Amino acid sequence: MDSSYGLDLNKPLYDGRYSWFDHSKFGGTVYEPKPNDPSTRTTDPIVTGTSVLAVKYKGGVAIAADTLLSYGSLARFRDIRRIHKLNEHTIIGSSGEYSDFQYITRMLDDVVTDNHIADNNLQPMDPKSIFSYLSRVMYQRRNKQDPLYNNIVVAGYRNGESFLGSVDLLGTHYQDDHIATGFGDHIARPLLRNAYKPDLTKEEAVKLLEKCLTVLFYRDARAYYRVQICTIGEDGVNIAEPQVLQTDWSVGNVTYGYDGRRTALPQA
Amino acid sequence: MEAPIASCIPKGGFNFDLVSRNEYIQQAGTKVPKTKKTGTTIVGIVCKDAVVLGADTRATSGSLVCDKNCEKIHYIAPNIYCCGAGTSADTENTTGLVSSQLELHRLNTARQSRVATALTLLRQYLFKYQGHVSAALILGGVDITGPSLYTVYPHGSTDGLPFVTMGSGSLAAMSIFEAEYKPNLSIEEGIKLVHKAISAGIFNDLGSGSNVDITVITKDKVDVLRNYEKPNGRPYTRQYNFPRGTTTVMETKTTPVRQRVDVIESGVEAMEI
Repeated sequence: MDSSYGLDLNKPLYDGRYSWFDHSKFGGTVYEPKPNDPSTRTTDPIVTGTSVLAVKYKGGVAIAADTLLSYGSLARFRDIRRIHKLNEHTIIGSSGEYSDFQYITRMLDDVVTDNHIADNNLQPMDPKSIFSYLSRVMYQRRNKQDPLYNNIVVAGYRNGESFLGSVDLLGTHYQDDHIATGFGDHIARPLLRNAYKPDLTKEEAVKLLEKCLTVLFYRDARAYYRVQICTIGEDGVNIAEPQVLQTDWSVGNVTYGYDGRRTALPQA
Repeated sequence: MEAPIASCIPKGGFNFDLVSRNEYIQQAGTKVPKTKKTGTTIVGIVCKDAVVLGADTRATSGSLVCDKNCEKIHYIAPNIYCCGAGTSADTENTTGLVSSQLELHRLNTARQSRVATALTLLRQYLFKYQGHVSAALILGGVDITGPSLYTVYPHGSTDGLPFVTMGSGSLAAMSIFEAEYKPNLSIEEGIKLVHKAISAGIFNDLGSGSNVDITVITKDKVDVLRNYEKPNGRPYTRQYNFPRGTTTVMETKTTPVRQRVDVIESGVEAMEI
């Protein structure tokens, strides 16, 4: 009894896009390295983005990142977008190597489109499935010792339920009410933990992320004052235009000498 | 040939004679004990006419908590206190040394110690040892020139700032300060902010934990609020109050340990010598 339904299961199912099976469609021919060839793996990230922050609120999720890409210690690209919309239910943000993020968005765009077409009820791909697919890809790449050098935050809202999760370059994935990557993990997480409550409103969530991004700009040497705060929720996806943070440098008026030679504290 | 007197003069600094021997022993398999580090959150803040210092109370030895309630805010002078992070032995002995030197200096000058003096003694000492004395300190006090707050790093550099944090929990505590610090806070607001910053370190950093210690230094007095808050208390304790008879008494036998002696006073008699 032939159980392959007349299909040749050695060939991919679709003739058009092979997004599930053949990732070489994105990079041209697949390069198989020979023993003496130079290394083709991402060993060190070159062009990088810093922290991504996200928090759930009542009726959606807010996700924020600054608009800077650093080239080592050079602030190279000061107006790029690190948050990307996949479909009406999901947006992703990335910290780490930007070229790997560009690959991930192209791959996921195709995966999302193909899933939508193939779905029996013509439903868009849901955030949880995107998250699962992405974490499998990241883990597989890590096992090949060729990671996608990113920490991706997946934020979604579908059928009244918010989704928020994070996948990193090792394939470590988890879901939580608030996420912070990179430096934000150490600096923004205490602030998010103190301020989070389940009935946070959208305005409060955006204000909280603004506060965290401001503190990060003070203390992260690779952060920037132009930021993008996006929301996804009951009122749909809002990929906002970048805004400039309000920062307060007046503490400079009250600093005094480093070696104790001053005679009196200057008036604030 | 060297004159005998030249070899008696102490050379100063560290003696590295045993380094190669220790390395050999370690590679031969002996387990070297880990230094007791304070893996800490310490903070300081300048308020209106006062300095508020704060610290957690956990001391770690690798990943073992070796002291659940140690004191990290050290006395330097009646008007100067110092929080210490890094290797416990280094912070305790360095602050003790400078405290003694300052006391002798006070006796010599008949004046109140100044924070700048303590600062200079600390940083000259730490720079001399090129970072090998692993003491990261927050020095705060109020003297004739007003309230002062400095950080001292293990290599000997210093910074004078209105609010500072050090230790492994410094990022968590600094995020609270950067979000909420305002100049010229009152002492009560300062204490609340310090408490919030130390709590952020205790609950978000694994190297910090247990209780919150706070010290408030003003021109006239010092308030040492040891264990200002204890947010990590033992939730359940067992009460062993079993009344006599809970277990049935089968037999009672009493054996006197010593014979009872009755002493009868019979008036005072002088001893015969």
